[in-house]
Amino acid sequence: MSSEKKYWKSAEQLEENSPLVEALEQNEFADHIPADEFLGDKEKLEGSQTSRRDFLKYVGFSTAAASLAACEGPVVKSIPYVVQPERIIPGVADFYATTIADGFDFASVLVKTREGRPIKIDNNTVSNGLSAGKARVHASVLDLYDIQRLQNPQIENRDVTWTEFFSSLETDLKSNAEKKTYLLTQTFASPSTDKLIKEFQEQYPNVVRVVYDTVSDEAALDAFEAKYGYRALPNYDFSKSEMIVSVGADFLGDWQGGAFDSGYSKSRVPKDGKMSRHVQFEANMSLTGANADKRVPVKPSLQKKIVVEIYNQIVGKVASTNLSDALQNHVNNAITQLKSKSSKSIFVTGLQSLEAQAMALEINETLSSEVLNIENPRLIRQGQNSKIKTLISEAKAGNVGALMIAGVNPAYSLPNADEFIAALGNINTTVGFSMKKDETASRCKYIAATPHYLESWGDVRFTKKDFSLIQPTIQPLFNTKQFEDCLLKLTGNSSKYYEYVKTNFKSTFDGISWNQSLHDGSFSSNVELPKTTETSTVDFSSGARKLISESNAEGFELTLYTKTSLGDGRQANNPWLQEMPDPITRTSWDNYVTMSKADAEALGLTNTNVANGALNGNYVTVSLGDKKISKLPVIIQPGQAPGSIGIALGYGKTESIQEEMQVGVNAFPLYQDFDVNQNVTVDAVDGIHEFACVQLHHTMMGRRDIVKETTLEIFNTKDRHHWNAVPEVSLNHQEVKVTSPDVDLWEEFDRSIGHHFNLSIDLNACTGCGACVIACHSENNVPVVGKSEIRKSRDMHWLRIDRYYSSEETIVEDYDKKNNISGLFSAINTYGELEVASEEDVQVIFQPVMCQHCNHAPCETVCPVAASAHGRQGQNHMTYNRCVGTRYCANNCPYKVRRFNWFLYNQNDEFDYHMNNDLGRMVLNPDVTVRSRGVMEKCSMCIQKTQKTILDAKRDGRVIEDGEFHTACSAACDNGAMLFGDINDKESVVYKKAQDDRMYHLLEYLGTKPNVMYHTKVRNTTEA
Amino acid sequence: MKKTMERPLNLRHLFLVFLLLFTLATFGQDEVEAESNADEASTEEIIPGADSAKGKELFNSLCAACHKRYKNAVGPLLHGVTERRDMDWLYKWIKNSQELIKSGDAQAVQLYEEWNKVAMNAFPQLDNQDIDNILAYVEEPKPEPIVAETQVAAGAEGQGGSGISTEIVLGLLAVVLLILSVILILVNKTLNRFAAANGIPVKADKPKGKPIWVAFAENQFLVLVSVVFLLLAVAWGGYGFLMQVGVDQGYEPIQPIHYSHRIHAGENQIECKYCHSSARVSKHSGIPSLNVCMNCHKQIAEVAPETATEEYSKEFYDNEIQKLYEATGWDTSSQSYTGETKPVKWVRIHNLPDFVYFNHSQHVTVGGIECQTCHGPVETYEIQKQYAPLTMGWCINCHRESNIKVEGNAYYEKIHEELSEKYGVEELSVAEMGGLECGKCHY
Repeated sequence: MSSEKKYWKSAEQLEENSPLVEALEQNEFADHIPADEFLGDKEKLEGSQTSRRDFLKYVGFSTAAASLAACEGPVVKSIPYVVQPERIIPGVADFYATTIADGFDFASVLVKTREGRPIKIDNNTVSNGLSAGKARVHASVLDLYDIQRLQNPQIENRDVTWTEFFSSLETDLKSNAEKKTYLLTQTFASPSTDKLIKEFQEQYPNVVRVVYDTVSDEAALDAFEAKYGYRALPNYDFSKSEMIVSVGADFLGDWQGGAFDSGYSKSRVPKDGKMSRHVQFEANMSLTGANADKRVPVKPSLQKKIVVEIYNQIVGKVASTNLSDALQNHVNNAITQLKSKSSKSIFVTGLQSLEAQAMALEINETLSSEVLNIENPRLIRQGQNSKIKTLISEAKAGNVGALMIAGVNPAYSLPNADEFIAALGNINTTVGFSMKKDETASRCKYIAATPHYLESWGDVRFTKKDFSLIQPTIQPLFNTKQFEDCLLKLTGNSSKYYEYVKTNFKSTFDGISWNQSLHDGSFSSNVELPKTTETSTVDFSSGARKLISESNAEGFELTLYTKTSLGDGRQANNPWLQEMPDPITRTSWDNYVTMSKADAEALGLTNTNVANGALNGNYVTVSLGDKKISKLPVIIQPGQAPGSIGIALGYGKTESIQEEMQVGVNAFPLYQDFDVNQNVTVDAVDGIHEFACVQLHHTMMGRRDIVKETTLEIFNTKDRHHWNAVPEVSLNHQEVKVTSPDVDLWEEFDRSIGHHFNLSIDLNACTGCGACVIACHSENNVPVVGKSEIRKSRDMHWLRIDRYYSSEETIVEDYDKKNNISGLFSAINTYGELEVASEEDVQVIFQPVMCQHCNHAPCETVCPVAASAHGRQGQNHMTYNRCVGTRYCANNCPYKVRRFNWFLYNQNDEFDYHMNNDLGRMVLNPDVTVRSRGVMEKCSMCIQKTQKTILDAKRDGRVIEDGEFHTACSAACDNGAMLFGDINDKESVVYKKAQDDRMYHLLEYLGTKPNVMYHTKVRNTTEA
Repeated sequence: MKKTMERPLNLRHLFLVFLLLFTLATFGQDEVEAESNADEASTEEIIPGADSAKGKELFNSLCAACHKRYKNAVGPLLHGVTERRDMDWLYKWIKNSQELIKSGDAQAVQLYEEWNKVAMNAFPQLDNQDIDNILAYVEEPKPEPIVAETQVAAGAEGQGGSGISTEIVLGLLAVVLLILSVILILVNKTLNRFAAANGIPVKADKPKGKPIWVAFAENQFLVLVSVVFLLLAVAWGGYGFLMQVGVDQGYEPIQPIHYSHRIHAGENQIECKYCHSSARVSKHSGIPSLNVCMNCHKQIAEVAPETATEEYSKEFYDNEIQKLYEATGWDTSSQSYTGETKPVKWVRIHNLPDFVYFNHSQHVTVGGIECQTCHGPVETYEIQKQYAPLTMGWCINCHRESNIKVEGNAYYEKIHEELSEKYGVEELSVAEMGGLECGKCHY
């Protein structure tokens, strides 16, 4: 039935004669469609040859063409040499021994080059001098390929030729004859450079040289000079030590040039029931303190008193110190042990005071310490930083006509950098010899672009007896000239610096072969060291009074320190170092204020973990007199002495540094009078800082399955079962060792034939320095992911060094506390307590963790595509081209060592680090795949290195000897903490390590049978 | 039906004809060579009593390193030297040139100065007769490019001898075939016409039943089976297609310089590893650097006329050598390097993916495998190409089948003894040694 019902669409329709309804009846749209705009030009439309159909045809064709073209493989070009250099065989690495001597780091190194480009730094094991390259040294190869490097010399920010540069500079220098010319340099410790500078001074008699160490050891130099007549630093052989007392000396870090850890580690491994004892009094939690047997957190003002007290009791009383009872007790214990070990004991201090350093020398002399070596003192710090004051005041007075700056960056690193910059304006001719247009060079009229040390020649005198040579490993990448070559040019000497060094070598060291020395990279000689003319004496009683009177500090006592990663900041544009987590705080991409928990609470500061686990913190302002550093984030540091704070130097650079790397805050303005200890005030300010911290959990909660520790007493007196028991499981109601084949889920493969690689990590020898982390980075093309990705726990390090704090005073006490748990409530409470690190008296233990290469690997069984498989040589193989990225393996790995490529980290503008530019990619190891997005990766136990060793032996038709196999980490470890080898070779060191009582496997109760083994840490807790 | 019958016949004919022709052509060439030898023999008369054949031998062993007959090299060209110099002077000079220079002989001193004071070796072992022989060889008139022409002419002549050229044969055959087919059609037509005229019914088609496709479509089983087979075939074909994606077997790109392995490794028998020396010690076999080429090509500025083929003429090859000179900056007139080099951008043929580690020295030195095993008969390649598929299956297969060369290699002694005991075999394959493990090649 039809109805007359009318459906209406809008109220408008109901209204009769509505013009809109009428209009809509004719037209679909109420408004006029502006089709004329694009269809109005009728002529043009008709004139057009392209119809809509044509357009579709074009689209179709281009899509088809594109897909067809994509099917074609790309044409790869290969360009061989026109004349192949004799020593370069494509595909075969060449090694050159050379030396890094950048004024902060000094080490004899071995450089691996491929097709003429350096790709890896190794320790120079032949060298008798400083051969222990730490993280920064291993990372220095990347600085060579820094895109921020200067490519040409410049005059007033304009690229010029060297001819123009020198003609202009010489005119300027000569016109300055009546005014002074200052030459401000780093410590070169180079006989040839020193000689050359003297020659330069002869030619230009108005030249005054000032040596400037960014981080100064002037007090120690002065003390040594006063006592022994040489401007040098004492040398220490910690391998001979049985008792070490350190007051604020971070000798496993950068104290007095660093590199003492290899000797230290030797004394730390228990042998015949004996090992050294190490007592540390310090304010910041340093790497050294973390390794100590007994660490007493004390503020710098108290440290001074302790030095005086030790001097009182060992050398002779000079002033009474009034220490608190508890502290007096610790000090007395230390002194008793120093005395009892006498010649095998050593006392060191990091206080930047002439008196304290002189006292240390006296104490060691009284003890007749064999550890202290004054016959072969160190020459790698020569700064006379106090002379910079004169330089600035003279410049202000207008007496300085020219200033030449080589190897240092005072406009960034001077505490009074602003004054220095103002003084620069008063100097006509300013010359910066620099690799980069940094804060100083950019303010200089002339910038002489200098090469990297891997492109330079030179010689270095580390110590009185140990010399080292610098040789280039690559042709200069840019139009650069090294400082010495510039001086030669300015002195009118036509020879090259290479010839100069060689001539100097031949005339000084008679009977030493140049070629052999160049090959070895180092040599020894007994050439006399010039005695200093200045003589001074130290007045100990007034000195002691001065030290004690300085102790009345208000506010916070600051201790500035340098991180193992960034040092004094000259390598700040190095992404490897920026991403390397600090060994103690495990935080990368930042510096911060470290503060004790009590102080933080008093100031209302917190550290919190947000939902994804990332760490957030509050800001403070640190002021020192009129200097104010605002917005420094705070990390609450267990073990920080209450009333003290610590800040790392070397951050906050703003010039010649990529934006991503401009992190942290420059703390150099607080480095007044070049003293690391300052009295500052701290005020909380608003704001939340985002840290990139890679470790969430800070204690082991008394669990013995991961890090094992015991005391020397227990180790010596009790059976292995007490302190390093193999876990047991129940089989037919019988306790059976987990290593027994009866309880194994898997069938055991026969691994007795061929090589079976094992890596041994001795927790006693490991200091946590992180050289292995960088070595692994550089060997295995590990990508850098940046701060925000690290915050998401997406760090790519194949090798991490876990750091655990004790919850009680010691880790052993944690074990006891956990073992004494009884009942549910006790468990809940106790575990809750054990989760929190101890505040003041805290022990720290480091544990390097990489893929454990389990013989019964949980990751292998869950891979749906068999991308993870086991080799019979013990390695767990990761096949990138098979991997489809399910990440099951990472989930199933109990050690959490697998890393997933969430993004493409190379040639991707989102990750603008070295792998995103042609220059930076030159550092990549051509024998290791650069991984792509979506695949899992992990430690391969450097299979490329073991394969190479095997192939070399096959080619030579010989048997491989122990010590030939290496991984990048074991080769980088100078402390002997990491040893790698074949356990099927019963004569090998690693086999013997496997039989050691201290040996255990990580999470052994899982039965994964790893090929990485650890050695229980033994702490020498013997008091007195 | 008849037409299809003709094709195999035709092919067989062609084949026979070709065979015949090739044989004839080869004979023809032999004849030419014999003739040119005869030519050489006839030039004996230049220096009386001298044997230019012996001279050639001596020249090639003693002089050719620095001298060419018709062109300056390290030393001056020698053709015509008997006219330029006195014979006695030549004897002295060749036996000991330095002595002659020292004696102050004006000619000798001038020559020495002119040629950048490069001393010529002394040849005291040569007597005058030997020198005569050499000079006789040197003074042979330059065998003008006629040689090439004569070859062509001779070739034509040789073919003429057989009376038929290929083209003519083919043409004749085509005509014959055409005629045959026309005749056939005509015969067929005539027969039909006869049949029609005589009222003989030409067999008509049988009454049609069901068309076969309908029968097929109605048989469900058959349809099902064929669909299954069809699907299987498509899958097989698809798999085959996908498997060859990225496999560049037979890849034969045009290179910036036409380098012929046939000439170098084949005709001249140059050992592969003379140029690809790094194959012995490195992961890369190495594209030889140009200075390796120049070891020989400083002397060899043009190819021998015999080197030319039908496809590539002598001029073509000579031009390619010129490209080498241009790249290395070798100035042929002054016989020195200008210092201006232009590195050659070769097109890489064997492209292993980044995630595969392959080491030549492992296979060449340790395994003792011939280059040809993977690279094919390179000595026959005019243009180098990828011989093997370079797929993982191909690698693995070889690793399964090949045995390890353990003899005389101390590295293998212990492991070989233990493993052969374990597997109960005398010879160990690469696979048994662990050569199938992923991580051995992928890291």
